[in-house]
Amino acid sequence: MKKLINDPKNVVDEAVVGFEAAHGDLVTVSHDPIYIARKDAPVAGKVGLVSGGGSGHEPLHGGFVGFGMLDAAVPGPVFTSPTPDPILAATKAVDGGKGVLHIVKNYTGDVLNFETAADLASAEDIEVRTVIVDDDVAVKDSLYTAGRRGVAGTVLVEKIAGAAAERGDDLDAVAAIATKVNGQVRTMGVALTPCVVPHAGEPSFVLADDEIEIGIGIHGEPGRERIKLEPADAIVDRLLGPILEDLPFASGDEVLLLVNGMGGTPQVELYIVFKHAAEVLAEKGITVTRSLVGNFVTSLEMQGVSISVLKLDEELTGLWDAPVQTAALRWGR
Amino acid sequence: MADALGIDWTTDWIRRTAQVVHDHRVELVTLDREIGDGDHGENLDRGFTAVLAKLDTLADDAVPGDALKLVATTLISTVGGASGPLLGTAYLKGAAAVGKDEQLDGAAVVAFLTAARDGVVLRGKAEPGDKTMIDAWTPAVDAAAAAEAEGRSPAEILAAAADAAEKGAEATEPLVARKGRASYLGERAIGHRDPGAQSSSLILRAAADSAAGTGGAGTGGASTGGAA
Repeated sequence: MKKLINDPKNVVDEAVVGFEAAHGDLVTVSHDPIYIARKDAPVAGKVGLVSGGGSGHEPLHGGFVGFGMLDAAVPGPVFTSPTPDPILAATKAVDGGKGVLHIVKNYTGDVLNFETAADLASAEDIEVRTVIVDDDVAVKDSLYTAGRRGVAGTVLVEKIAGAAAERGDDLDAVAAIATKVNGQVRTMGVALTPCVVPHAGEPSFVLADDEIEIGIGIHGEPGRERIKLEPADAIVDRLLGPILEDLPFASGDEVLLLVNGMGGTPQVELYIVFKHAAEVLAEKGITVTRSLVGNFVTSLEMQGVSISVLKLDEELTGLWDAPVQTAALRWGR
Repeated sequence: MADALGIDWTTDWIRRTAQVVHDHRVELVTLDREIGDGDHGENLDRGFTAVLAKLDTLADDAVPGDALKLVATTLISTVGGASGPLLGTAYLKGAAAVGKDEQLDGAAVVAFLTAARDGVVLRGKAEPGDKTMIDAWTPAVDAAAAAEAEGRSPAEILAAAADAAEKGAEATEPLVARKGRASYLGERAIGHRDPGAQSSSLILRAAADSAAGTGGAGTGGASTGGAA
């Protein structure tokens, strides 16, 4: 294992110090307990948005803290949910009197810890709503699993809900928008190589040189099947098929297409994926009116990609276009 | 109640658990890497190290329930993941079940284990056979209740619980997981022991070992062997 770290125990602590040093114009960082808050938090009269989860998915979530998106992000240890204490502290720090929305990826640990924090916040008279993101279509039978996972669609939920909060929507309305985005986005991913959790020191799973894992989660958890490596176009077909069937998407739809790198994938490959995904959508009469390409929801150094398709309407498009100023997404301001 | 377990047993159990979890950190990380995300041993080690650091804050007249509550709140605030809230809730509900009792007799030990198990079920919504820590806790509770009904001592009851938890953890190996991250593996989880069931079995073995060492009645027929 080769990593740019000093001590596996200090990975998150040192990274947030660096994040604060780099982006001190946008955020303030609390170090005990650890959370990253928007510089001007709490914003009076605005619904606060808090997300979080294990570290190792950067820029999710800290990179999305700032104007028009999250008010706070709570990074846990690598691939481990934060505990309720920092979630509660972040919730209190961003409560501008209009309540706080928790955006939680559907993983058992995240759900349990955010649930506990929300209970504690309620006990302190802060109104909290929670939206669980579960956009991953790779998990087929949710009856016999912990349910679909929250993956790259999370960044779209955070951006659009953040814009709704910024324009002054109340807590119920922001929660409704976040729920709507989650309901209209579908994602599926593939891994070409595993990732190595710093304190584990060994790969989370093993893939032979010629093998890929279709339906990978953002911690290396598998989804559907392990197959031999194929050309990019064939892999895109395998990912897009289940996505388009699931909602389902239909001819005439306008969509946002997100091609998300898992951390170790060159941008040039992401654009090869985007090219074919856009072609397939066009063949089906689906128009890509908004797009996002890059590393947004990663799994450490994993090589791989996920494709997300979000069905847009006038309102969601407008909220997507609204100004945002964070470390990882920035436009219109 | 010469056999009853008091605060000395509770603190010894906590110290022993911290040591056992530390000693088995790599084993738990490896089990978790196979069917989860490889952080279980690390998280528990961090949690119980934090508990140890807080043991000195217990009042001189602390009762077992106070120490168990300290474990609960510390695990909830330091472990993260799913195991923090789940194990934390187990200790919290277990502590509530024994209340202010200074000495825990057999019935109190069974009440503690039952409430702890029910707490995990309440939070995690898992059922027996889902390949979770419940698969260690449920047979442990059943064996403890049976031993208590036979009039065994608290130490013997805990030994019976630990034996059953070990078998329960082992019995998770052929199962398909239906809760937590391992559930995404489907049939590929078969053949791997659930790390949460394994750590719960280690924790219950530590409880039995502490009882054999501090509770007086270490003379029963049940095994009180080492956790390894």
